[in-house]
Amino acid sequence: MTDTTDWKHKINPLVLGIQPSGIRRFFDLVAEMKGVISLGVGEPDFVTPWHIREACMYSLEKGYTMYTSNQGLLELRQAIARNLSAAYGVSYNPHHEILITVGVSEGLDLSFRTILCPGDEVLIPEPSYVSYAPVTVMAGAKPVFLKTSPENGFQISAEMVEKAITPKTKALILCNPNNPTGATLDRERLLEIAEVIRARDLIFISDEIYGRLTYVGEHTCVPALPGMRDRTILLNGFSKSYAMTGWRVGYAAGNQDFISAMTKIHQYTMLCAPVTAQAAALEALRNGGSGMKKMVDQYNRRRHLVIQAFHEMGLPCGEPRGAFYAFPDIRSTGLSSEDFAQQLLQEEKVAVVPGNAFGEQGEGFVRCSYSASINDLTEAFKRMNSFLRRKARKGKVLTFAPGENEIKKEDICQTM
Amino acid sequence: MSGNRCKRKEILDVIENDARLNPKQIAAMLEMEEDEVVRIIKEMEEEKIIAGYFTVINWDKVGEEKGSAIIEVKITPQRDLGFDAVAMRICRFPEVKTVRLMSGAYDLVVYIEGQTMREVAAFVTQKLASMEHVLSTATHFVLKTYKLQGALVSEDGEEDRRLMITP
Repeated sequence: MTDTTDWKHKINPLVLGIQPSGIRRFFDLVAEMKGVISLGVGEPDFVTPWHIREACMYSLEKGYTMYTSNQGLLELRQAIARNLSAAYGVSYNPHHEILITVGVSEGLDLSFRTILCPGDEVLIPEPSYVSYAPVTVMAGAKPVFLKTSPENGFQISAEMVEKAITPKTKALILCNPNNPTGATLDRERLLEIAEVIRARDLIFISDEIYGRLTYVGEHTCVPALPGMRDRTILLNGFSKSYAMTGWRVGYAAGNQDFISAMTKIHQYTMLCAPVTAQAAALEALRNGGSGMKKMVDQYNRRRHLVIQAFHEMGLPCGEPRGAFYAFPDIRSTGLSSEDFAQQLLQEEKVAVVPGNAFGEQGEGFVRCSYSASINDLTEAFKRMNSFLRRKARKGKVLTFAPGENEIKKEDICQTM
Repeated sequence: MSGNRCKRKEILDVIENDARLNPKQIAAMLEMEEDEVVRIIKEMEEEKIIAGYFTVINWDKVGEEKGSAIIEVKITPQRDLGFDAVAMRICRFPEVKTVRLMSGAYDLVVYIEGQTMREVAAFVTQKLASMEHVLSTATHFVLKTYKLQGALVSEDGEEDRRLMITP
């Protein structure tokens, strides 16, 4: 037996090969600074409404401290089934077609591990949520990216899906509305994509965690589309719409075969979602509708403020139609996403997330969350404006879209 | 709801909890023109829909001694005037911050603020209780404030505890 100081060779090569999240690296940088206004937070700035917290405390008082069934509290699954039916007209049997998970993150992991075999391919829009590709890899499969850009409104199309399909393709995952771009796909486009998915006999993993935060048009729930219910695994939760990120409670809904298989993994790895969080989620569904609407209204108002602010700064930014993120194009500054975010942080103490943390297609963009108070947003945009003007004076800014306070051409010429 | 009425409501929803927002910000948030926001706010001020702009202050933290009380007042309604004439007489005292007509065991609830408890007590005995048509008063002094105008004022308020960067 020999002593060794390097244990890496004992680690699963799949895990070794996964890069740490770009967000994590940036988090370490921000954590060292004081007085930072953060537009880098991917969670609501509201505290969970009191009636939900109070219901959780009441459940503790009543002694709800034990395991629940693997699938979760039946009352909660029934409430979810009713909610999905009322909102989108899609029906699930709460007894064997709904599984309560530890957030959408667990639902994502379970669904990938359930359906993917080594060598399978998963179609993933890019930029998109940071977990999709690593979870695919950890399931032994291969991510295939569908590259979106401002030119196509950061939206995938049926044609893009069709072109990317190979005999190894198993599934498409889609987050609609999208994190980090705020782009949404309307019903027409989803119908076209669904047609391809059906024709090529693929599985649709639909992450609809931001579905309730849709500001333009109505959210389309994928399993509610004709012929899609049984080939879709719907992932959703309470984190974003009810401001319950830390509770870690979500759900997966799908046909019995998928849900039963996912429940097998869940029962051996997680056992069940925390009972207190499930009690809170039940209260959220029963009485949280009006509170959620107020939060959505507030996000929408801030969204308008953000769109105007970027316009005035002269940074091109497509209209975010859902979630609570804007994804402005910072290529005109001549800086990379990481340099932009790092310099903005160091010079103006405003934190944004470099777009490349969400995939290569995010390069040249930054994610700005408007899940922040009006005061913080206003101050952050003031600082960003100063930053951009300073860069322009130093000749970094090459072109700017028109805006009320657009950086004057002279500012650029003086330094060139 | 008509267009103007709808816009009025939207503006009120926005400024109800933050009177510091300026017309430009309000206009951006509601996708309206700034001039229109200014005009509608002015109209609502003139119509007393917007009755004033105040700062919510937790005087306990300032260390300033203040006395305040809630007073239940029973009054005799007057022919043709009901409770309004007496209520308006009470309202005109600057110490009186809020007056409401109530259902139930008493008629008016009056919220009073003075520099000291003694000052508040003096106001009740000398001005309020002795007023014509006032039958009786029951005074409840405020000992501590926990929540004011929708804002928590205690030490353990709900500050932002989120991490600076999350996915």
